[in-house]
Parts: sequence; structure tokens; C-alpha cells
Amino acid sequence: MLLIPCPWCGPRDEIEFHYGGQAHVAYPEDPAALSDEEWARYLFFRDNPKGRFAERWSHSAGCRRWFNVVRDTATNEIHAVYRIGEPRPVIA
Amino acid sequence: MAERRNADRRSADRRSPLAGFAARFETASAGGALRLAEIPFLTQLNLRVDAKSPAAERIGRALGTTLPVEPGSAVRSGDLTVLWLGPDEWLVLGPDEGEAEIGAGGAGLRDRLVEAAGSADGHVSVVDVSAQRTTLVLAGARARDVLAHGCALDLHPRVFGPGRCAQTLLARAQVVLVARETDEFWVLCRSSFAGYVAEWLLDAAAEYVT
Amino acid sequence: MTSRPGEVVRFRFDGRDYEGRRGDTLAAALLANGVRRVSTSVQLGQPRGIFSAGGEEPNALVQIETPFPEPMLPATTVEICDGLVATGLPGKGRLADRPDPARYDTVHAHCDVLVVGAGPAGLMAAAEAARGGARVILADERPAPGGSLLGTAEAVDGLPGRRWAAERAAELDGLADVRVLCRTTVFGHYDDNYLVAVERRTNHLGAAAPATTARERIWRIRARRVVHATGAHERFPAFAGNDLPGVMLAGAARTYVNQYGVRPGRRAVVLTTNDTAYPAALDLAAAGIEIAAIVDVRQAPGEEWARRCAERGIDVLTGHVVTAARGAGELSSVVVAPEDGGQARDVPADLLLVSGGWTPVVHLFSQAGGTLRFDEEIGAFVPGDTQARDVRLAVEVAGSARGVPTLSGCLRDGAEAGRRALAAAGFAVPDQAPPPAVEDEPAAAPARHLWLVPAADGDGDDYREHFVDLQRDVTVADVLRATGAGLRSVEHVKRYTTAGTAHDQGRTSGLLTSAITAHALGLDVADLGVTTFRAPYAPVSFAALAGRDRGHLHDPVRVTAMHDWHVARGAPLENVGQWKRPWYYPLDGEDMTAAVLRECRAAREDVAMMDASTLGKIDVIGPDAAELLDRLYTNMMSTLPVGSIRYGVMCRPDGMVFDDGTVIRLAEDHFLATTTTGNAAAVLDWMEEWLQTEWPSLRVHCTSVTEQWATVALVGPRSREVLAGLAPGLDVGNASFPFMTWRDAEVAGIPARVCRISFSGELAYEINVRSWYGLALWEAVNAAGVTPYGTETMHVLRAEKGYPIIGQDTDGTVTPQDLGMAWVVSKKKADFIGKRSFSRADTVRPDRKQLVGLLPEDTGRLLPEGVHLVEPGGTRALGHVTSGYRSAALGRTFALALISGGRERVGERLHAAMGEEMIPVTVTHHVLYDPEGARRDG
Repeated sequence: MLLIPCPWCGPRDEIEFHYGGQAHVAYPEDPAALSDEEWARYLFFRDNPKGRFAERWSHSAGCRRWFNVVRDTATNEIHAVYRIGEPRPVIA
Repeated sequence: MAERRNADRRSADRRSPLAGFAARFETASAGGALRLAEIPFLTQLNLRVDAKSPAAERIGRALGTTLPVEPGSAVRSGDLTVLWLGPDEWLVLGPDEGEAEIGAGGAGLRDRLVEAAGSADGHVSVVDVSAQRTTLVLAGARARDVLAHGCALDLHPRVFGPGRCAQTLLARAQVVLVARETDEFWVLCRSSFAGYVAEWLLDAAAEYVT
Repeated sequence: MTSRPGEVVRFRFDGRDYEGRRGDTLAAALLANGVRRVSTSVQLGQPRGIFSAGGEEPNALVQIETPFPEPMLPATTVEICDGLVATGLPGKGRLADRPDPARYDTVHAHCDVLVVGAGPAGLMAAAEAARGGARVILADERPAPGGSLLGTAEAVDGLPGRRWAAERAAELDGLADVRVLCRTTVFGHYDDNYLVAVERRTNHLGAAAPATTARERIWRIRARRVVHATGAHERFPAFAGNDLPGVMLAGAARTYVNQYGVRPGRRAVVLTTNDTAYPAALDLAAAGIEIAAIVDVRQAPGEEWARRCAERGIDVLTGHVVTAARGAGELSSVVVAPEDGGQARDVPADLLLVSGGWTPVVHLFSQAGGTLRFDEEIGAFVPGDTQARDVRLAVEVAGSARGVPTLSGCLRDGAEAGRRALAAAGFAVPDQAPPPAVEDEPAAAPARHLWLVPAADGDGDDYREHFVDLQRDVTVADVLRATGAGLRSVEHVKRYTTAGTAHDQGRTSGLLTSAITAHALGLDVADLGVTTFRAPYAPVSFAALAGRDRGHLHDPVRVTAMHDWHVARGAPLENVGQWKRPWYYPLDGEDMTAAVLRECRAAREDVAMMDASTLGKIDVIGPDAAELLDRLYTNMMSTLPVGSIRYGVMCRPDGMVFDDGTVIRLAEDHFLATTTTGNAAAVLDWMEEWLQTEWPSLRVHCTSVTEQWATVALVGPRSREVLAGLAPGLDVGNASFPFMTWRDAEVAGIPARVCRISFSGELAYEINVRSWYGLALWEAVNAAGVTPYGTETMHVLRAEKGYPIIGQDTDGTVTPQDLGMAWVVSKKKADFIGKRSFSRADTVRPDRKQLVGLLPEDTGRLLPEGVHLVEPGGTRALGHVTSGYRSAALGRTFALALISGGRERVGERLHAAMGEEMIPVTVTHHVLYDPEGARRDG
């Protein structure tokens, strides 16, 4: 049971959150201008690294805010939590 | 006269989600270790507004308290309570106001807030959710122990004392938990889940009340 | 010791009555009564005795019958109570054949410092943390604190160890922010210091257990720091016959004598690789057990111990080994020989104490992600650097769990760990207190690490009697067969041989398995390693894990304000997500088919009502509300006039239908969107996700009002007339209150919002009131002579009209076009979620599965959901039935189906494959009833 630090509510059990997949995958500016392949890339392709991964979570059973987390997928250590719209922090 | 008759009829027709639990709550409260009861029909308004806006300030004046901006804090102002639900979201609790017409203007809390919000700047929503949730009061020396059976939050008085509130899970239902006094909590749960939450609380309390 | 002090407890084992003493484990009480054979091994059917005195027991598994049947419990952990009935496990256990009446529960707990293990190190760690003001939880699996002190009877601060521990624990428990939990096994250490423990609260009370006290409690503990003071398990070397009843770990025998006052045998041989068996032998001797010999595999035992043995007249044979334990069904003699060859001799004995050294209990540390290193001195794996990995563990390890060999060392180490934890948790560390005094601690001689005693000629030389894992009956021969088959990893050897996979998870044998494997491969066990430690550390019952979440509390049950009425009317309930909805309302003597046909007729021919409160409802408010809805729904919502209602469909970006419902416009900047019953939360989350992550500049707020409203659907040609009667102030004329509009009105004296919406094709209304008026409204409408109907009739009525149910007729691979609803997809909007996908090659394939109707040729034949459709004579599945019903209106059965290229197949004859049977059906358009829509205005 991860302890996820909601940027608003503070640390809460993982069970209160919904996972939202990879962060910083923006909805394309003009989908109509994309080729089928480019659109498919947006729809279906995501990174799957072993190590640090920027991903989205929503505190669905709490304040219902979406936010971003940099989590190490191998150790589950959370390196950073930041609000939507903020750039991915640089972590040493 | 017809209006008056309708108003009487309406309050007779009103039935709270946990009306059927009153006797069992009383039995569970008889021993003194715990008090469990429904507080039905509280006025509840979901308020969304930018906390830094002039509208928020005006709403604060109407409420008699500034909107709490610290996450998980609850403030009281007379018979009103304002709970922080999110960075731009609050739940305003007030006493039962009987029944106003749907969508009609009037002197009710909702209308006061809508008026205070105005329409000149920003955008504010005030949604009546009085019947969306019902309120349970759980009090007594063992109240914290009962909650700890199903709530993963740290309820230690130093951490979750009077003036704190949280949206979280109790057993498998979403609730708004409010620390009213040192040993008194309000549990606000959605009306459809109320029976489940009540059954769960009675079961969790069994060890302490028999 | 024939009459032990203490309260007498009567119990029954294997059909015979015995007496024990309060506080005995079943193992202690059996040994006190001379019972040495307890169970039968699972593979070989060998008799097995009591091997240990704790939770690491591999052999003495029992089945409890009374108070309540429970299989696979180690007799070494079962506390006897009056009336206990148990049997030795005949290989396998047996579950109860009746429901367990006991209660089980969960407690969530938080602390600054959790200390696992209340032995010398754990007690000191907890005391130091508490002294610094931390919130502390101290958990121990035994009934009393003290850990090793319970069995060794060593003195601390001039007190018997047991008393010293009890007093320290009582002091701690008296502090406001400290909790001492006995009979509590911490069995899992998960991410972010989330630890899970099981407390056995009433087992030892037997029939006297209070009914309202949970029998077992799961503790879910979030700790800022954890101190693992989990101790060490004694291990044994592999030698022939080491599974015989009468072979026992040396420390266990010492515990039986010291803690329980029980003699586990009369004449003992001791086999040891280290000094710790010496005080055991001396304690046994002091208790009147004859020590025939101490067989020490070393040349040089600790001098002081050797002196004390000499003083007591105990023969110490250095450089010797036990090559075999012998006996028929239980130990009767031990074969002792010099290790370097020489004359073997047979020593009569009914007890063989073995000590192969001590293995730190690193399970929880390892589960937490801690790495291990091999300690040459103790010959076992110990916790490595807690900061070694990427993830920095908020964990300390103290005492024998990290290989500290002495009592005074463990006391000191525990105190230090407690202080480290305190500092790490952010507390000021108080001045160091003087450590408790330990008087008798002779200097130890180095241990020798002997894993395998080679078989003597003709005595077990096939290694089939050299047991490695007693509970799984795995022998050295099995390990050799595994390595002989080419296995090189200890993980593979474990799975090949099953060593370490039993109930005891190889606590006494895991390291031995690795060592034997390493030996066979010519490797060093330090390099080979051990198998991964996974939770749970000890077996946990499913009942405990389920806790309160069973029976009527198994899952939240959601009900509407009218629920009690439905139940009182005898309506069976259908589960829709967590909702309980009335399925149909049978009259006397009616079955489901008859009831549903009657309800359908009432809706189509007269007037009927349904509880529609479960639909999700979301208030969408703000200047950009229309813009948000235009982006999320496939059709245009911004053009909807105030006062009107529009049906809409939402898709995922991939173009697949996600949800549908109606949108009503309450004001220029205020909409109310309804969702399907099961998707209410998901749709709200969906709206928030787009608003917060993609379109934060849109000025819109979304608020769930699902339970704010109770909804009664009033359906049928007479519904207008009934509504007019209930709402005299409402102009219900078709022109003044047209289809897809809403009005506020009083209905039965209750403020209501009435929507003219139809999910049946009939003239219909949905009357919404604040949910606390739901029952009153329902009763008032019913009193007007309206027939109630349930979800089954609702399904039939909508299916006759070809209206899909999202999640039943769709499965996340269906576009609006597939559903025959191209009309709901806007061609005017520049973009909306899903639009781009409608021009992907995959979504424009002509052979996509499309929603069609099916008419079985046998008009009474009902097609079950999921049945596949094939061309006559063909075998390729073209699609499947998504809904199948009997229709009163059509006078026959019909179905909806998703079929490849379905719309092109209208008129075709297909077969529905029901096992071997082929049921002929005709494909039709999916709207079967009133396709011209003539009925909706009444």
C-alpha cells in the first residue's frame, strides 16, 4: 500500500487514488491534422520504463484533484509530486 | 392556507436515509461509551469558487467567516460549518431549513450565497446537496476506536483534532469525516451508502457497547 | 515435575483426554503427557513429533476441531483452553463444513516507531523510543513479552528474564502513546512502512471468549520508522533420521523445561555446532533429564561451558558427529562417531537435541526491500546496509535478527536501534540510560558451520533419510536430484523440490536447502544466496483478512429512497454495480416471466412506474459549461435551449462509446447531465480529468448530485393523465410540455422537476424530487393506480426500441456508428473527444460488429446473452447476442446482437450456436417496436 502525498491533502493510502498513466501526454492541438499513425501514437503508445516515471494520479476518494508524481517503478519510491501544469522537476 | 397545508404535508413526507435506524442507534448509545445518531436534513451546499476572488470574500462575509484555505480544515460560524473539500471547493453545513421551492429565490442559505457570489466577476457555483448526503454523529470515548476499524487516516487527537475534516474512506464507502469536538465526529455519507455505513458502524461498535 | 504448578486445563487430543496447565501450548501439554508422535508427514506418511517451541515448527501440525474447526496449526502455537479438541494432522488438513460464527476485524494504526518483536532487543528499542516521546507500537507473536528470555530463563537486572520483560512491557503499555500487542504476528512489510499484523485475541479463551470480541484482528500499521527485532531461528544439520519424533531443536527443549516445566524426554544426546546448546543441556540436566553426551562437531567448545559440563558429569565428545538417529516410529538411539572416521557407537536416547546455529529472522526486512549479506561468523544471512539500495529504508534491525549473539549485546543493540529510530523520526534523543545488567555470560568459542553429516556406510547413504525440509518431506537426495537435473538457482531448486513452500515457509530449513544446494554445486552458500522472502511471514486465515467485509457488509450496498417499499412488495433485487434495484414485482402466484410480461403490457398499454433514482446526475455549472459538454459529447449541447433536454453519447479518444445519458439545460450556464447507473463516478472523474489536466482555462464546475434526487419514471399512454392528476398546477398538454423538455412543478404536493424523457418509446415522464421525498412521491404515484415495474421490464422495453445499454450491448470496442447512432455524432463540431478516431481505418471497416435485432424462428425460444452466431453450415463466429428477451408487444422472443457487418445482413438467416444445437434466427433492424416513433406523444 503506497503512501502517496497528495499535494493538497498530504499523504494518503494508495487506495484513495486513481492511476492516470503517463504524465505530460497532451491532447493534440489539432487532431484532424494528424496522420492515422500520429493519432494512434497518441492513443495507444506510452512509455514503460524501469526506474523513474512521471505519471498522473487523482485523489479520487479525497479532494478529487489530479496531480503528477515521479515514481521509481522498480522501488516504488516517490521522488516528486507536483501539480498539473507545473513542469517535471529535475531530480538529482 | 393551501400553501401552509402543503408545507406541513411536505415535512411529514420527508424521510431521512437512516430513519429506520433510530432505534438501533439508541440501543448502541445506551451504555454511554458511544453515542451514535443521525442528524437528518442538514442544509448542505457545495461551493466552488476561487478562494482569492472578491466573490469568495463576499461569500465569506455572508457566512461570517473566511473560507478556510488550509487543506482539511473546518471552521464554524454560528450554526454554520464550512468544510474544506478541495482547493476551490467547500461544503457549507447549516441547520435544516425545511423546504424551499426548486430553483426559486428566497431567504435560504443557498440564495444568500448565490446573491453574495454575484455574477460580476469570476464564476461561482453553489449547488444544493442537502439530500445528497446524510450526517451521522459518532461521539464518546470509543468513537475514535470505532472509526479506526475502517478509516486509514491517523485519528490521533494531535493529528485529527477539532477543526479538522477529511474526505476519505470509511470501510468501503467514501465519507466526509469531521472532528467536531475531541471525542465527537460527524460522518457525512452519500444517502445511498447510508444504510451500509450505519450497519458497518453498528457492527464495529458492538465490541464497545455490550 | 510430575505435578506442575498452575491451573489445570482439560483437552482432548487424537481421541484421548489430557490435562495441561493454563499457559501451555498444545505442544508443551502433549510433551508433559508423554505424547511424542503428533502428526503424519504429507508425502511419506512418516510419524512426526514436536521439533520446535514456536511459530517456526515444521512438524507438529494439528487440526483443531473444537471450539471451531481449523486446519494446519502448529501445536507449538496453539494455547490450550478447556474443551479444546484437536487431532494430529494426517498429512492434510480439513476446512470447517459450516460457517464460522466468530467475528474478525481490522484496525488501522499509526505510530512513529513500530517495534517487531518484544524480546530483549525489541523491548529496549521500544522503551528508548517511548522515552523520547514517540508514538510506539510493540508487537510480538507470543502470548507474553520476553522473546528468548522466556525459554532461556536468563536473569536481567537481577530479575528472572520473563519477569523483567513483563515489567518492562507493562510500563510501556501504561504510557498513553504506546501500545503493546501480544499474540500479534507481523506478517507483511509493504511499501512506505505499511505493515500488516494479525492479533489472535480469543483463541486462548476457548468457550469463554466474549461473542463481541473479534477472534482475530488484522492490524494495518503505518509506521514512520520500523525496528525489526525479530530474533533468530535455530537450525539443524542434515543427518540420517533427523525427522524422527524425539529429534528437537536444542533451544526448544530448553524452552519446554524452563518456560513450561515440561521434560521433553528422559535421556538426551545433544548435537551441536556452537556454544548455545551447552546451557540448554545444563538446564535439561538441572531439570532431571539425563544428558548421555554432548556431541560437538568442533574441536574446541567454549571453555567455561566445557568446565560446567565436566562439573556436572556430562560427557562432551568434541570432533564427533551424529551420523544417524534411529528408532521405530520414534527415537530410541543415536549413532555417534568421530567425524574423521573411527568407531561409531549407538547411544540409547529418547531425545536428540540439535543445534546447527541460529538464522536471523530477516523475512520482514527482506520483504521491505532490504538486501542481505552473508555473515561468516554466524554462518547465516543478515540484513545488509539499509541505505544500500535506491530506496532508503526507514528501518532498523536490532539484536539477534542481525546476528548479535549475546543477551547483553542484544539489550544494547536494541536500545541503540530505538534511539536511531527516534532520531530519524524527528525526535530529540534523551540521554543514554545505563543498559540492564546481565550476569552470567561466558565467552563464546567460534561456531562451526556444518550443514550435512555424511552418511555412515550402509546407514542412509542414499540420502533419502537426510531431511532438509521436514514439512515437505524434502531430503538431501531430492536436492541432489534437482542439481543433477541441471538446476543452478536456489529459486529453481525450491520449485523443483518444493522445499520451503510449506506452511512453515522453510523457517528452520531455508538456509539448509541453500547450503546443501551450494554444496552439491561446489559453491559457497554466501554466493548462492537464499530464496526471496515474501509476505505473509506466517499463515493468516482468509477470515481474518476479510475482517468485517463479509456477509451483509461484504461490499457496500447502495439503495434508493424507495428501497424499503420495493422490498416490502416482494421484489427480487438485481445487482447493478453496488446498487440493489428491484428486478420485477411478482403478484401472488406469478413467476418472473409472467410478472415481466404483465409489467411490459402495463407500460405499453396503460401506465407504469419505475424507480430511476440510480442514474448518475452531475450539475455542470459555469460560463463555459456548454463548451465543456460540446467537447465531451459527440453531439452538440451548446445549441440546446434552456428548458430542453438532449440525449448524448460520450466516447473515449479512441472513438469507443463510454457512456450515454440525457443533458438538460437549466440555465444558460447550468446543465444537469445524467449518466448510466454504473458509470456515475467514472463520468464525473472523466469530466474532472479533462477540466483539470487539459482545459484548466474552462470556467466550469462539476458536482455530483446523484443522491440529491430521487426519480420516478412514469410511463405509458395514460401517464399524462396520471401526471395531470398529481400535478394540478402543471400544464401537461403536448404542445405546452413537449417531448424532451422539463418543467418545475409540484407533484403530489412535493416540489419536483418533471422531465419529458422516454426510455421505452412510450409517452413518459421522469419526476425528480429531493431524495428524502422519494418514498412519498413513489407512494403517491402508485396510489394513482400505476403499475410498478422493475429493471427487467425496463430492459425489455428499451430493447424493443433498440436502445442499447452501455456496458451490456457495448463492451468498450463499439462506436456510436456501430450502434446505428451515426445521428448522434456531430458533423459540425471541429473536434470532440473521439472524433479523430472515427476516420481511422479500423473504425470505418465495413465488417465491424454492428448492433442488430434477431428474431428466432421458434418465437418462444429465448436466446441467452453471449451466444455466438454463425452462418448456417459455417463455424466462424460473426458476433454474439448482447440482450435477449420475451416481448409482450411483439408476442415473441427477440434479441439484440453485435454482428460483423450486421446492418448488411438484415434479412439473413443465421444460426445461434447453443452448444451442439443450432437455433435459426433472422437478422433484423435493431428497432423492433414502433420504429416510426408514433407513441412517444401519447
